[in-house]
Amino acid sequence: MKAVGLTSLLAVLGALAGGAALAPAPEELAGGETTVFDTSPNAFSLSARNLGESHRAAFYVGHSFFNENWLAATATVSSRDGLGPLFVARSCSACHVRDGRGAPPDDNLPPEMMAIRISIPGRGPDGGPKPDPVYGGQIQTHALPEVKPEAVVLPTYEEISGAFGDGSRYTLRQPRYLITEPGYGPMASNVVVSPLVAPAVIGLGLLEAVPEKTLRALARQPAKPDGIGGKVNLVAEAGARRKVVGRFGWKAEQPSVRQQSAMAFNGDMGLTTALLPQENYTAAESLGRTLPSGGHPEVSDEIFEAVVVYASTLAVPARRNVTNEMVVRGERLFAQLNCAACHLPRLETGKVREFPELSHQVIRPYTDLLLHDLGEGLSDHRQVFEATGREWRTAPLWGIGLVATVNEHTFFLHDGRARDLAEAILWHGGEAEAAKERFRNLPVLDRGALLAFLNSL
Amino acid sequence: MAGLGLLGWLFAGSTGRAARPDSAEGTGLKAAVVAHYADLMQAEYDDALALAGQLQTNIEIMLARPSAEHLAAARTAWIRCRTPYSQSEVGRFYGGPMDGIEGYINAWPIDENYLDYTVGMPDVGIINEVRAFPVISSEVLLGANEREGAKTVSTGFHAIEFLLWGQDLYADGPGRREYTDYVDGPTGPGRTAARRRQYLHLLAELLVNQLRTVALEWAPNNPHNYRARLLAQDPDAALTAIITGLGNLGSAELYGERLLVPYTTRSQENEESCFSDTTHLDLLNNELGFQNICEGGYQRADGTTLSGPGLLALLEPGEPRLAKALRARVAAAVVAVRAIPAPFDQAMLGRDQDRGRVAIKRALGALQAQTAALVQAGDKLGWHVNLK
Repeated sequence: MKAVGLTSLLAVLGALAGGAALAPAPEELAGGETTVFDTSPNAFSLSARNLGESHRAAFYVGHSFFNENWLAATATVSSRDGLGPLFVARSCSACHVRDGRGAPPDDNLPPEMMAIRISIPGRGPDGGPKPDPVYGGQIQTHALPEVKPEAVVLPTYEEISGAFGDGSRYTLRQPRYLITEPGYGPMASNVVVSPLVAPAVIGLGLLEAVPEKTLRALARQPAKPDGIGGKVNLVAEAGARRKVVGRFGWKAEQPSVRQQSAMAFNGDMGLTTALLPQENYTAAESLGRTLPSGGHPEVSDEIFEAVVVYASTLAVPARRNVTNEMVVRGERLFAQLNCAACHLPRLETGKVREFPELSHQVIRPYTDLLLHDLGEGLSDHRQVFEATGREWRTAPLWGIGLVATVNEHTFFLHDGRARDLAEAILWHGGEAEAAKERFRNLPVLDRGALLAFLNSL
Repeated sequence: MAGLGLLGWLFAGSTGRAARPDSAEGTGLKAAVVAHYADLMQAEYDDALALAGQLQTNIEIMLARPSAEHLAAARTAWIRCRTPYSQSEVGRFYGGPMDGIEGYINAWPIDENYLDYTVGMPDVGIINEVRAFPVISSEVLLGANEREGAKTVSTGFHAIEFLLWGQDLYADGPGRREYTDYVDGPTGPGRTAARRRQYLHLLAELLVNQLRTVALEWAPNNPHNYRARLLAQDPDAALTAIITGLGNLGSAELYGERLLVPYTTRSQENEESCFSDTTHLDLLNNELGFQNICEGGYQRADGTTLSGPGLLALLEPGEPRLAKALRARVAAAVVAVRAIPAPFDQAMLGRDQDRGRVAIKRALGALQAQTAALVQAGDKLGWHVNLK
């Protein structure tokens, strides 16, 4: 009896009690048995519905350290200190607001919910992007008192006009990011800048639980209609020599929630972990001598593991309005237009030893986790392991219809340039060019139906 | 595992017939419970507002004539204001009036040296960085508070707490800020005393204004405020919001954030009111706030009691066993949280068999049982509780 947790029992009882009345359709269960039913601004902040009691405590501890601010190393609250000296944000939730999606800045305002990645042409020692010799792989726009931030970053947007097949006009906005006021001397003249918004944190453990052989099999499939291929990214694993399959990040450059979390602590908040024990400034910035440290590592193993559990078990909310006529029509169009070739509606997870909750689930993430060429319009001209500038990981679409509720905006794509879902579709090129063209030439009612479907996810 | 009895009870409960109060009488009772909930929230926020006004008065006296005595009086007023405020925290987590503004009122933790000097860093913080912040105005503070991306805490209860107590670097008591921090002088903190006075003056004013905003949302006879909207809703929807607030305050917040995190990390000062060493009171008042909503009673700041139908009144007619169990779990949780010794920053330390950690562990268990009973009650009454 001891092995059976109270919460999981409750979840089972709850499911039994609610099951008869609600009986959700299978396609509503976006995250399988982890799916939660919530359409409030908290919709991305809930634990997997089947979360076991053994993970409940870690989830709450992780929740705390994901949401609350990290502090400078002089602060009274010693387990939360070690921020910086250079950083982008003081907490995970500053960018992943309510565990959701960050927004890009307006014209000429500094980005606050983005990572501004930089590199110079060539490959770095681990096969990934080659860092700027002074500023490293990412611009840190904030710093502790008495430390200079690395630079000020400001975007400008240029409006590009276009027309649907029926003649109605639209405009898209093309961002350009300018780096000014470098704090530590000149930056390489050939530096490449890639601004990336923080994506939603839901369902990550499920995506990690999709077996590697599934992804490799998907990548091996003969080209689909429209010449759609797809390839896995092969990326560096921290502390190991071998290359492994990437799943997370806009270029699938991180293999696991664990490494992604360590990277974010390090690159975005200036916090060290056992996995990445080096501070995030370069030797050229020579910041190490005088500054206090928050401990070695600054994020203790216990706290780090809790954050990994948290980020792995945030639930995916259920789909809504699945029998609505427009939604059903949109779902059919999603397949007919060939969107579903990359935004795969259905995957299955394998067995995960640490997370029985996430094992053997039928999930509906609308991604294949593979890299695809999306054309020159979206290219950031930055090679990330096997991903070229034009190649991006298929973004999961689950939860996308709730971003407006949770995050109070509808900015999409890697840099948030799209102001709504239609603009996001219209930016697609490369392998998705033909599908995009079919969308552009749809009658207005069908375009509405497709968007209604996306908003039901 | 003390839960064996509880588990048996859960199974018994799950097979019992749910007697849902669907009758007209039942609907009337639901509406009465929702209306009384609004009365409770109104009373708690009105008390918090009145005591924040007291705090503001005491702060102004201290700023006008800084002395050890006036500083002590301001500290006492701060602690008194926390009582109704902490009890009102069950009114969060469901998109109510507090949720949008909470980050200005009660955000935590504080990056002290973003506000004022700390040990070894005499010239940092908004108060001391004259060039970066030439003028200290409420616009500056509100703009600096919880900015997206670089969000930092610069307003609210805990900013005031830091300016009244200072860093708590001591095992045997709270922070020891001297009243002389508010007296102009040629060296040390006295150099920026005028800016510190201005900052604390603005913080008190902002706190009062923001608590007033929330209190007005709960005031009766205003067709446009939150209270009116809540009461106009289908009572089941309103009750779902109420129980969501209870569930999340009791689990993610009190159980998770405020007890489990410090218990697990053993980090001294990983506690809410860390400068004043009054976290044990925050914890107790959070739990009392939970009990208020269940029992329908609230002891006001003036000592009088407000009572009416609480959540338990809904359960009692059809589910007397569930009602009895929930009442008992809540009462047990109150006892267990009250038993946590002060100061909390010492109670969390040491070995698992030490008095403080045993008490915290017991409180954690009691809160877990309380949440289980609440979820069970919610399921019976048809309100699904989503937990963080």
